[in-house]
Amino acid sequence: MTGPNVLKGRTWVWPDDVNTDIIIPFRFKARTNDPVEMAKYCMYGFDPEFYKKVKPGDLFVAGKNFGGGSSREQAPVAIKYSNVVAVVAESFARIFYRNCFAIGLPALEVAGISKQVKQFDEIEVNLQDWSVKTRDGSVHPALKVPEFLRGLMREGGLVEFYKRHKSFPWEKLEAVPA
Amino acid sequence: MRQDILNDDSLTFAEKIISIRAEGSEKVHHPGEITVLPADMAMAQDSTGPLAIKVFDEMGVPKVWDPSRIHLVIDHTFPAADEKVANLHHMMRDFAKKHGVRLVEGSISHQHLLENHIVPGMVLFGADSHTCQGGAVGAFATGIGSSEMAAVWASGKLWVKVPESLKVNLTGQFKKGIYARDVISHFIGMVGEDGGNYKSIEWKGPAVKALSMSSRACISNNSMECGCKLSVFEVDPATQEYFRSVNRKPMYEVHAGTKARYKDEYDIELDKLEPKVAEPGNVDKVKAVEEVEGTPIDEAFIGSSTNGRYEDLLVAAKVLKGHKVNSGTRCIVTPASRHVFEQAIKEGLAEIFLQSGAVFTNATCGACVGTHLGVLGENEVCISSSPRNYVGRMGAITAKIYLSSPATAAASAIEGKIADPRRYL
Ligand code: SF4
Repeated sequence: MTGPNVLKGRTWVWPDDVNTDIIIPFRFKARTNDPVEMAKYCMYGFDPEFYKKVKPGDLFVAGKNFGGGSSREQAPVAIKYSNVVAVVAESFARIFYRNCFAIGLPALEVAGISKQVKQFDEIEVNLQDWSVKTRDGSVHPALKVPEFLRGLMREGGLVEFYKRHKSFPWEKLEAVPA
Repeated sequence: MRQDILNDDSLTFAEKIISIRAEGSEKVHHPGEITVLPADMAMAQDSTGPLAIKVFDEMGVPKVWDPSRIHLVIDHTFPAADEKVANLHHMMRDFAKKHGVRLVEGSISHQHLLENHIVPGMVLFGADSHTCQGGAVGAFATGIGSSEMAAVWASGKLWVKVPESLKVNLTGQFKKGIYARDVISHFIGMVGEDGGNYKSIEWKGPAVKALSMSSRACISNNSMECGCKLSVFEVDPATQEYFRSVNRKPMYEVHAGTKARYKDEYDIELDKLEPKVAEPGNVDKVKAVEEVEGTPIDEAFIGSSTNGRYEDLLVAAKVLKGHKVNSGTRCIVTPASRHVFEQAIKEGLAEIFLQSGAVFTNATCGACVGTHLGVLGENEVCISSSPRNYVGRMGAITAKIYLSSPATAAASAIEGKIADPRRYL
């Protein structure tokens, strides 16, 4: 299920240090296992009505340390099921970043990006080149990610990958150099 | 080869433990390299477990790789606070029965593993960010999400990147009213919320040997608040004594080399610390207690996997003994495990809490994560010994959370406003 290589959409711009409690509060996510229900609480800490305002195909652009705090995969799931198609941030918290690949939500790390994009700008995320094109046409390469992870993301995450290959992408992995 | 790596004086803890445990090869792995580690243990709790179970079933994997190594822990909302939670708990019980994996209810996972299962040199993946607490005993212990946990259940292994390391040199001695929590709060304040992101933190220096296992667990646990992957105390005589006392055997004793390379090094003199309080919103807004003293509070919470151990409850009891919780304030004391709960009853702490007017609950995450037993309403203010003060963490998004040691939280409960614990010790 390889999706389109270029994701074009309008942006929601978030500040530094947006943690997983803001993205989806525990008390809601601990009471459902349904991703569509989780999406109703997406970005609740900033705006409990966010789910009514987000449109399919929107993108997130954020400052540093996006997704800090808990390991809750419900955070990227809530974003993905809000039909937000990619998250671009200056940096990601470790577990959140892993979770994005594990569920097939494109997550690109681009230095300085939050200063270059305004709320509701149109941007383009290129999953082939692993880069972001801002409104003025300039192209910003994202931090490189090993091919096995990009492949995992392209195939839609671990469930889809496993169903197709009956193995996990790292099972045949030779050590990847730094 | 494995012994060569363990003896290599140029390698960090993370380089050594990943290199000796990595699958397929026993070569040295350096920071930035990606390799695959077999898991000795895999843990999921009641807010990550149900999603992991769903993913596991969707993958269509018929059997878990090794039931004896899989731990499900019902801790966050224990016992179930409502029907929705109860149904998710049931899903875990059914999965445990079907696959024969271990299930524990009513102790916080990290404390449960410390008391009963984890040993030095082990590889532990946990679907909970504070899994890094396991570094307190010199284990490789790190947090992951639910889908990766399902993959570990299926295959028994996971990819890891070798982290760069930070070294913290601890010197001196604690003064009265200062605890491990103040050390780690100070450190988080110094490096910031993402100062340890992707890093392995090594706690070293002459002050380490006097730190109890509880203090080490507190520091390793709360290190997550700067984003770390690992937070480690190497095995020393105190660790060995601890494992003798609980009758478990270390797998490996991994010591960083004296010439190991660190991304950054820090010094903390314990004598110079005062009680620390983090202001609401971000864990790195750390102040000395004087700077926030007098702030009125509605609730004081003493508990969580960071600071709900017996040692923490003992300090809180010392502060509360002979005092009453302020009439406008709720004080909630929640132990981290059934074992701590029992001990607190046996040793008379429960009586002190109840006489002071505090609420003494069963072991659970509870108020730490705003799920039950102390949820905050609109605009309420809380001081808490839990690890996070994020917006909406403990309830309403307009509520405010200050973070401190159990001693500072207990003193604040008495005064109904943020207070310096040293007056009560
Ligand atoms: S007590 Fe709080 S921090 Fe610790 S495991 Fe539970 S929810 Fe997480």
